Amino acid sequence: MLPLILKDVSFVATGRTIIDRVSCEFAAGPRTVILGPNGSGKSVLMRLCHGLLTPTSGHIAWHGSADDVRPRAQAMVFQRPVMLRRAAVANVTYGLALAGVPKAQRDERAHDMLEAVGLGSVANRPARVLSGGEQQKLALARAWALEPEVLFLDEPTANLDPGATREVERIVDQIHASGTKIVMTTHNLGQARRLADEILFMSGGRLADHAPVERFFAQPSTAEAAAFIKGELPWS
Amino acid sequence: MGDVASAFAEAARLIFAADGTLYGIVFLSLEVSLTAVAVATAIGLPLGAALAIRRFPGRQLLLVTLNALMGLPPVVVGLVVYLLLSRAGPLGELGLLFTPTAMVIAQAILVTPIIAGLSRQVLEDAWHEYEEQLRSLGATPSTAAATLVWDTRYSLVTVVLAGFGRAAAEVGAVIIVGGNIDGVTRVMTTAISLETSKGDLPLALGLGLILVTVVFLINAAAQIIKSAAVRRYG
Repeated sequence: MLPLILKDVSFVATGRTIIDRVSCEFAAGPRTVILGPNGSGKSVLMRLCHGLLTPTSGHIAWHGSADDVRPRAQAMVFQRPVMLRRAAVANVTYGLALAGVPKAQRDERAHDMLEAVGLGSVANRPARVLSGGEQQKLALARAWALEPEVLFLDEPTANLDPGATREVERIVDQIHASGTKIVMTTHNLGQARRLADEILFMSGGRLADHAPVERFFAQPSTAEAAAFIKGELPWS
Repeated sequence: MGDVASAFAEAARLIFAADGTLYGIVFLSLEVSLTAVAVATAIGLPLGAALAIRRFPGRQLLLVTLNALMGLPPVVVGLVVYLLLSRAGPLGELGLLFTPTAMVIAQAILVTPIIAGLSRQVLEDAWHEYEEQLRSLGATPSTAAATLVWDTRYSLVTVVLAGFGRAAAEVGAVIIVGGNIDGVTRVMTTAISLETSKGDLPLALGLGLILVTVVFLINAAAQIIKSAAVRRYG
């Protein structure tokens, strides 16, 4: 299914160009971090890739599938996890049911996933009474259970404390180690350094740099990227 | 004052003596209104869900119409149903005028916009929160609608009970299409109206007390269900 190829993708909403002629390729393997300031179009770019939004112009193509067809072997974790009003484990089996996993296998797989993210002991608690960190781990379990080829994560730790952030980053690494391509947005430089193999740097809706992580931080190729790294460094 | 006091005493006696006339009227009321609400829910809930999720041309106009219909005057509904069901009307053949069925039809028409409109609001709020997640998981619109209904079921119970309160308390529609025939189509509200004008205050008061109690219990039940759900599911 990979690579995912974007060709001159633009997205315009209410007269404002949010994504401006972005072309790039997401290959299997490396963890890709989409980096950029607030409002640079990171989240919209990710929603376009995931198929939640349709580009105003340009093409998004998955390898081996017809143009603009949205394959199922992908999942997404949002900045604010959406918890269904049911038990934690039922949130995972819900996703499995939609993915067409036979009923007999759902429960066991869901419990395995909850164990994997460290939520085994709260499996039967209502999802909405879990803490913010637990909810985000549950969202990761729900996505991971689908065994996606690509997992999109939109600022998954933006609302979390440092402890929960570390745990989420550890789980993301585990998911990557299990063979899933990771595509994640962040505006946190420290997190980008910790998790990224390659950086896509967004600025004003344009793709301003696309480089391996070491090269990006050592020699940013554009003035915007350099300014962003410099401006952020004291707090990262 | 003596008259009112003795009327209250007589009303209490009717209630506690399980008076046949009084309870016959109460049961017919509940039967008519509960059936009407069941019909209105079967139509209004799917309509509300569709309006919450689907985007189509003319949706705004439909929403405005629906909201306007929520305030439909019962007497107007009664008049329209009367015209439809009267001998000369298009459905006159069915011979439904002045039957409990006619009253169910009128109340269902009255309550359907309320259930559709209120559930649309509840479901649309939930949809704003769930939309991206459900689409990300590959939910079809009908699966998404079912999920929203299930996840908001406690709020929707309140919606249905609001519809029942409206049906049980209205008098204008059922008196026109039912005719307030003793033992056939006489319900609590029409009986209260008639007995009061006749001067038979005890029966009117007894029915009034029961009606207020029923409406009170329903609202209490709605409140309890809602807060229990919030405690349990967040």
